[in-house]
Amino acid sequence: MSTTEVTPHLTEPITFWQSTNGKKVVMAVTGVMMFGFVVGHMLGNLQMFEAPEHINAYGHFLHNLGELLWIERGVLLLAIALHIIATIQLALRSKAARPVGYSRRQAINSSYASRTMYWSGPIVLAFIIFHLLQFTAGYIHPQATFVQGDVYQNVVSGFQVWWVSVWYIFAMCLLGLHLSHGLWSMFQSVGLAHPRLSPYLLNAARAVALVIVLGYISIPISVLLGFIK
Amino acid sequence: MKLTLKIWRQKNRNEKGVFVKYPMNDVDPEMSMLECLDVLNESLILRGEVPVAFEHDCREGICGSCGFVINGVAHGPERGTTACQLSMRHFKDGDELTLEPWRAKAFPLVKDLVVNRRALDHIIEAGGYVSVSTGQAPEGNTLPVGKEIADQSMDAAACIGCGACVAACPNASAALFTGAKITHLGVLPQGEPERERRALSMVAQMNAEAFGNCTSIGECTGVCPKEIPLEVIANMNRDYVCASFKRREDLPTPVAPVLQHT
Amino acid sequence: MKLDARIPSGPIQEAWAKACFDMKLVNPANKRKHSVIVVGSGLAGGAAAASLGELGYNVKCFCFQDSPRRAHSIAAQGGINAAKNYPNDGESVFRLFYDTVKGGDFRAREANVYRLAQISGKIIDQCVAQGVPFAREYGGSLANRSFGGAQVSRTFYARGQTGQQLLLGAYQALERQVHAGSVTMIPRTEMLDLIVVDGQARGIVTRSLITGEFNVHIADAVILASGGYSNVYYLSTNAKGSNVTASWRAYKRGALFANPCFTQIHPTCIPVSGDYQSKLTLMSESLRNDGRIWVPKKKGDPRPPNEIPEEERDYYLERRYPSFGNLVPRDVASRNAKAMCDEGYGVGKSGLGVYLDFSESIARLGEKTVRERYGNLFDMYQRITDENPYKTPMRIYPAIHYTMGGLWVDYQLQSNIPGLFVLGEANFSDHGANRLGASALMQGLSDGYFIIPYTVGNYLASNKFAKVDESNPAVQEAVTAVKTKIDKLLSIKGNRTVDSFHRELGKIVWDYCGMARTAEGLEVAIQKIRALRDEYWQNVTVPGSGDDLNESLEKAGRVADFFELAELMCIDALDRNESCGGHFREEYQTPDGEAQRDDERYSYVAAWGYNGPDAPPELIKEPLTFEYVHPSQRSYK
Repeated sequence: MSTTEVTPHLTEPITFWQSTNGKKVVMAVTGVMMFGFVVGHMLGNLQMFEAPEHINAYGHFLHNLGELLWIERGVLLLAIALHIIATIQLALRSKAARPVGYSRRQAINSSYASRTMYWSGPIVLAFIIFHLLQFTAGYIHPQATFVQGDVYQNVVSGFQVWWVSVWYIFAMCLLGLHLSHGLWSMFQSVGLAHPRLSPYLLNAARAVALVIVLGYISIPISVLLGFIK
Repeated sequence: MKLTLKIWRQKNRNEKGVFVKYPMNDVDPEMSMLECLDVLNESLILRGEVPVAFEHDCREGICGSCGFVINGVAHGPERGTTACQLSMRHFKDGDELTLEPWRAKAFPLVKDLVVNRRALDHIIEAGGYVSVSTGQAPEGNTLPVGKEIADQSMDAAACIGCGACVAACPNASAALFTGAKITHLGVLPQGEPERERRALSMVAQMNAEAFGNCTSIGECTGVCPKEIPLEVIANMNRDYVCASFKRREDLPTPVAPVLQHT
Repeated sequence: MKLDARIPSGPIQEAWAKACFDMKLVNPANKRKHSVIVVGSGLAGGAAAASLGELGYNVKCFCFQDSPRRAHSIAAQGGINAAKNYPNDGESVFRLFYDTVKGGDFRAREANVYRLAQISGKIIDQCVAQGVPFAREYGGSLANRSFGGAQVSRTFYARGQTGQQLLLGAYQALERQVHAGSVTMIPRTEMLDLIVVDGQARGIVTRSLITGEFNVHIADAVILASGGYSNVYYLSTNAKGSNVTASWRAYKRGALFANPCFTQIHPTCIPVSGDYQSKLTLMSESLRNDGRIWVPKKKGDPRPPNEIPEEERDYYLERRYPSFGNLVPRDVASRNAKAMCDEGYGVGKSGLGVYLDFSESIARLGEKTVRERYGNLFDMYQRITDENPYKTPMRIYPAIHYTMGGLWVDYQLQSNIPGLFVLGEANFSDHGANRLGASALMQGLSDGYFIIPYTVGNYLASNKFAKVDESNPAVQEAVTAVKTKIDKLLSIKGNRTVDSFHRELGKIVWDYCGMARTAEGLEVAIQKIRALRDEYWQNVTVPGSGDDLNESLEKAGRVADFFELAELMCIDALDRNESCGGHFREEYQTPDGEAQRDDERYSYVAAWGYNGPDAPPELIKEPLTFEYVHPSQRSYK
């Protein structure tokens, strides 16, 4: 039988990356990194429920990290880039794997979240770009004013614009959806499964995702309801 | 009862396929899906038309020959059941059933509802075995295997190789099939020595064929007639990751994928 | 013609070892120069192809399915016997041998059966090493159960899917050899003729089921492992594709067909539900371990089973066979079920069924235990019948299941054509007139893994092989014959489908040459079969063409062979004026209705030779001698 040659080990990392399984591992690992940021960012944001000085000081602290901040940003950017590149490559491969589609399809076992990963991901990405332009760079400020350094005031005035809040809440819900499948899927991708543990894993992932969503959207909701002024 | 079968007809790979509707007036609810097709084919032959080609053999749900997509679900609406054991009593009078072949690039179409699933054989050929030759085996009870392990192995080994997992996967991935064999052999002490090499070579072959990737979506296990659990995919990934981080001299060489043969 | 079974002289215990030592060996360097064809990829064929590949022969393996893993061995549920005596309950090689000879109603060859019993243990070892997930005890040792009427627990199993797991073991070993390059697997291909050159089997003519292309494959030896012919009955538990064509074409090239009338009826199948029925579904015989078989005492009792009180039920097997009860051998259980239904006690819509009741076991063991043991079978039953067997008794009826007859082979599994070997269900050798449960898997694997690697080597080392190519007249003749037949079938363009003929043929064979036979009936059957065959060749219609996937055409060729086989079965049944095992002639029964053998006149293998289309076949007898197990009236009372 004819065989296709594979060059031995010098190319091992390349082979790993080229395999669909390898790319999924990369997606899982980069996913964990981004998840770490999501958790940290949420914890930071929740300081909105304390006095304005707290979060302003926190913002100040972050800005003064200097190189560390840029390293963190670099790592995150790399993670995002790898996550996206792997996704695109795998999506193209999947598309090619079924050149003729079904006339009729019915999902019987998959969650809505898992089927919409290709949508929830890019929309969340688009939101992040908007979000950075609004709160980090201050390029877009639908609110009346943007004061560099006054995080508290910027958030409050930002979220008082109704559609900013709605867009934020919508994006966070999508993030939650993305995480509810992604957090579980990454265990599958790296092969951490146990017959007794796995059934709980999916529920645990959903619970964590829910906590994240609630944590984030509590802020615009509180602003809109006037709890935070 | 009355049913309409809307069936994908395609003479061969190179010709265009179309759906053709066949009204059926006298379907007995006790029939199996395949017997319903038999009845249709008998009438087509007598009318001088070419009968619908569909794959089938044992009709007991174990050989893995049969299978097509019924109303958007591989093997039809009944869980844990192959098309041959799907009883028509699951449908209602007047229903229209859409029958389509497994659709995947790695499963080139042969005719109507029949596809070529040799890619699955290639994955086994790459390493889905214990390398033991006939005649030299030690006494069967030499290596004890705990009941839990034997059961876990058997759960995975129950795979019938029908390809429904690939058909149902939105990415046309063969991860459940490959993972099932890797798990079946990998958890047993007899399969342990080759475990990592097996994962490397089977995964390499799986990727050489035109299958998509796994997104842990779980449609595969939903349509699997043997309800093979999704954990087998995690087991495959674990073995693959562990194997990938070791230096080895004996990297696998995948065989030419199905698409190069046809 | 005088048949030489080549049984080694001396004590039976040493026969196989002696035979092995006496066999010539092929030099390792020469092995790859020898080509071997294996037709069929089930337990026997798959195991043979894998083992011969391991030895270094150049093997080509053929199957009609799309993958070797789909061979019908996969459907065997219950288990595989082996004389391991793990449970310490009195099992031994001799007992397995004894039970198999007795179970076969003294119509099997002692030496073959003894070898089978000797090898049985090695099969388990081999399969365990391959990673077959046999059922285990908590301590990690292999689990055993009693099965199909055996009084010792010698059956190894993998849930209700033993055949599947053993076949996958053989399939994986086969794929390993495919990867190593020693076996070429050629699926979706049907053998349509045997090529015999100068008296030696030298190859086969095949047709691709995808392209319709005819091909000639030349080799030094041909191994047929193409299974049994139960599908002659149309409704059987065999896979739809199972057929006799490979064996039959070999028969027409001179191979002898032995004991064609020895067919086995399996007692626990799901009853027929309608005319559209395409096949019968078997449920493992292990169900009889815990289920009790009964019919109402009142004929045509219309009450649902749960409303029939205990005292109005006839547990007829327990009544008639107090010591074996529900665990009597298959032929006895089947015949009794038929007798009950014929007398009007049958249950279900058609009246062709008896109850298999688990209520007592569920009460005694609990539903959980019963579910653990038979859950998958109960689910299958419910899926097909829409009745819940935990709540209401199953309905069962016997169905044709296995054929003990097959091509005649000697001790080395070689037919009377040198170079043509026949393995597994396709040969006749080990089960006599009735096969015991869990013995088919044992025989297939024993033939494939442990016997053929020796005997083929012996043949190859002892013979010279002239070069044969496609221009050889014998090859040309075979190819032309095959093409002519296919063209003929396509050109008739009559008014009836292949299936309608097959159904009608099956009904004739079932009615007259099924569970009970009479001389008168068999003569009627022969006339009916001939008439129907004539009509077939005038009036069958095969749609489509010969150059693509055309299932009707495949079936048409197979049914044509079934017609001829059916006639031979009736001739054989008519010639055997005795009852034995699965062959029950109503004229020959004991006063209480059991099979009455005639050892004086019929203790032989009836091997039939083909004499051309218009002449009756020639009967050649291989006398059977019993030195170790003395023929007695089988009694399970």
